[in-house]
Amino acid sequence: MNTILYIIQKEFRQIFRNKGMLPIIFVLPIVQLVILSNAATFEVKNIKFSYIDTDNSSFSRELISKFDASTYFNVLAKYPSNKIANSAMLKGDVDVILEIPSNFERNLLKDKKTDVGVTINAIDGAAAGVTNVYINQILQSFNKNAQSNLIQPSNTSIKYQNITSIPSFWFNKTLNYKTFMVPGILVLLVTMITLFLSGMNIVREKEIGTLEQINVTPIKKHELIIGKLFPFWLLGLVLLSVGLLIAKLLFNVPIVGSLLLMYLYTSIYILVILGIGLFISNFTDTQQQAMFISWFFMVIFILMSGLFTPIESMPNWAQLITELNPIKYFVEVMRMVMLKGAGFNEILPQLTKTLIYAIAMNGLAVLSYKKTT
Amino acid sequence: MKEETVIKVENLTKQFGDFTAVNAISFEVKKGEIFGFLGANGAGKTTAMKMLIGISNPTSGEAEVASFNVYKNPNSIKKNIGYMSQKFALYDDLTVKENITFFGGIYGLTRKQINEKRQLLVEELGLQEIVNNLVSSLPLGWKQKIAFSVALLHNPKIVFLDEPTGGVDPITRRQFWEMIYKTANQGTTIFVTTHYMDEAEYCDRVSIMVNGKIEALDTPKNLKEKYKAKSMNDVFLKLARG
Repeated sequence: MNTILYIIQKEFRQIFRNKGMLPIIFVLPIVQLVILSNAATFEVKNIKFSYIDTDNSSFSRELISKFDASTYFNVLAKYPSNKIANSAMLKGDVDVILEIPSNFERNLLKDKKTDVGVTINAIDGAAAGVTNVYINQILQSFNKNAQSNLIQPSNTSIKYQNITSIPSFWFNKTLNYKTFMVPGILVLLVTMITLFLSGMNIVREKEIGTLEQINVTPIKKHELIIGKLFPFWLLGLVLLSVGLLIAKLLFNVPIVGSLLLMYLYTSIYILVILGIGLFISNFTDTQQQAMFISWFFMVIFILMSGLFTPIESMPNWAQLITELNPIKYFVEVMRMVMLKGAGFNEILPQLTKTLIYAIAMNGLAVLSYKKTT
Repeated sequence: MKEETVIKVENLTKQFGDFTAVNAISFEVKKGEIFGFLGANGAGKTTAMKMLIGISNPTSGEAEVASFNVYKNPNSIKKNIGYMSQKFALYDDLTVKENITFFGGIYGLTRKQINEKRQLLVEELGLQEIVNNLVSSLPLGWKQKIAFSVALLHNPKIVFLDEPTGGVDPITRRQFWEMIYKTANQGTTIFVTTHYMDEAEYCDRVSIMVNGKIEALDTPKNLKEKYKAKSMNDVFLKLARG
């Protein structure tokens, strides 16, 4: 027990002595949290809109004015022909081309039915999908107005039954993306810092040669590992606290659930990450190798965490892989507890899986750590 | 004087695949002896030493260090030995004092014992000025002397020194060997590898390894007579060249 305390003391001294390391541990994550939370948004705004109006009627002008009035669209240009419009799309000057055919107004009045052509730049598929929805909404609302305009003079007795959905967004009433993103980004930061630091730490001693010296001492494996990982476990929790503080003060993200529960989960979660870091460091000889392998896993973990793309829409085999992704559970738990106020019972599945993961990972790490070769 | 054996090695062998790094070496080292372990680079000295200090498992053969078996009780061996290598001595980013505290601590010394040992060390080596300096700021000679003292903190029965004076100036080397003599006189066994043949002359007994085998083992005086050489340097050259 005493031995562990001496190791912890030494590790802390080394961490706080390293003047280059402290800012990396504390300042960089905060900068990242502030920048990423503001930048990483799924909202599509300022869509570059252009149109070809071959009808030139009051109806077509009304339709364009509707797009003009929307905050999502910037009506940039009116093109005389398809060819010119297409070349503008090719150059990236516009994202959307709306083509209003001739006889647009006439067909609408006579047949009560007409078509418009919409071309959307879909290089970014997700943004294109959102753009399409916006355009449809505007067309529909235009449709409704047009129909009621048309119908009113001739027959006042006909009433149109319109079903309108009134969405109410639970747990994030204003659909604020920051509320959604901040807990997730916080998760990433805690994970990255603890993974890299723990992975690097033992390999660094291997590189310098101090690990050999340690292996010649009667230190037991578990003493060394606990002593080495505890400081990073604590750092992870401190980082979480700083992040939560920023989330609350700067982004006003609601923290509905119990802080204690969040810390309970995180304290187990960090064990998983430290175990992975240690495992990696057991199989690498240089910090460079450890860094590359950590990054390899980190990228997979991040992209398959459900933070940026919903796991439900991944193919089945990918969903199976995400079961092994610790970040996935952390993101779920943080969102559930912070935004929904989920209690112990609701996060019990994630808590159990994480606990098993932690035991397995650290078990493997201890087994693969060799004092003798 | 009772001659107590502290290292006993029989047919100790280490193979890496097809390559035999240490080929069935046998020797004994007595308590309080300064045992020189010589050999050219790649002769197998370091591999042999790693087996004795319990960080490398032998392929075959027997070895007892401080009367503990290297297979059965490597951890008991580790409690009873000190080790200092040329590659690593101390933590560069800790002060002298912090290094003493750490190594004393992990060898199970109490705070009180650590403080006493530190004060003793500071007086003996004259460290008053530098005890709170980072090790990285010290000259190599100082680092090696302090590392040697740190390896002795827990009063080990045997100290293993792997090229302890590599890259150190002649004056510091002389001081270092004075420390080694003093330690040996107090009953601690010194097991030392070196490339400096003048240092080999200081040893009580010397073994010379060539291609994984011990080719010669005797006192420097006897070796010089046997190989009709003026100095250990000549003995070494005759043996190592084959």
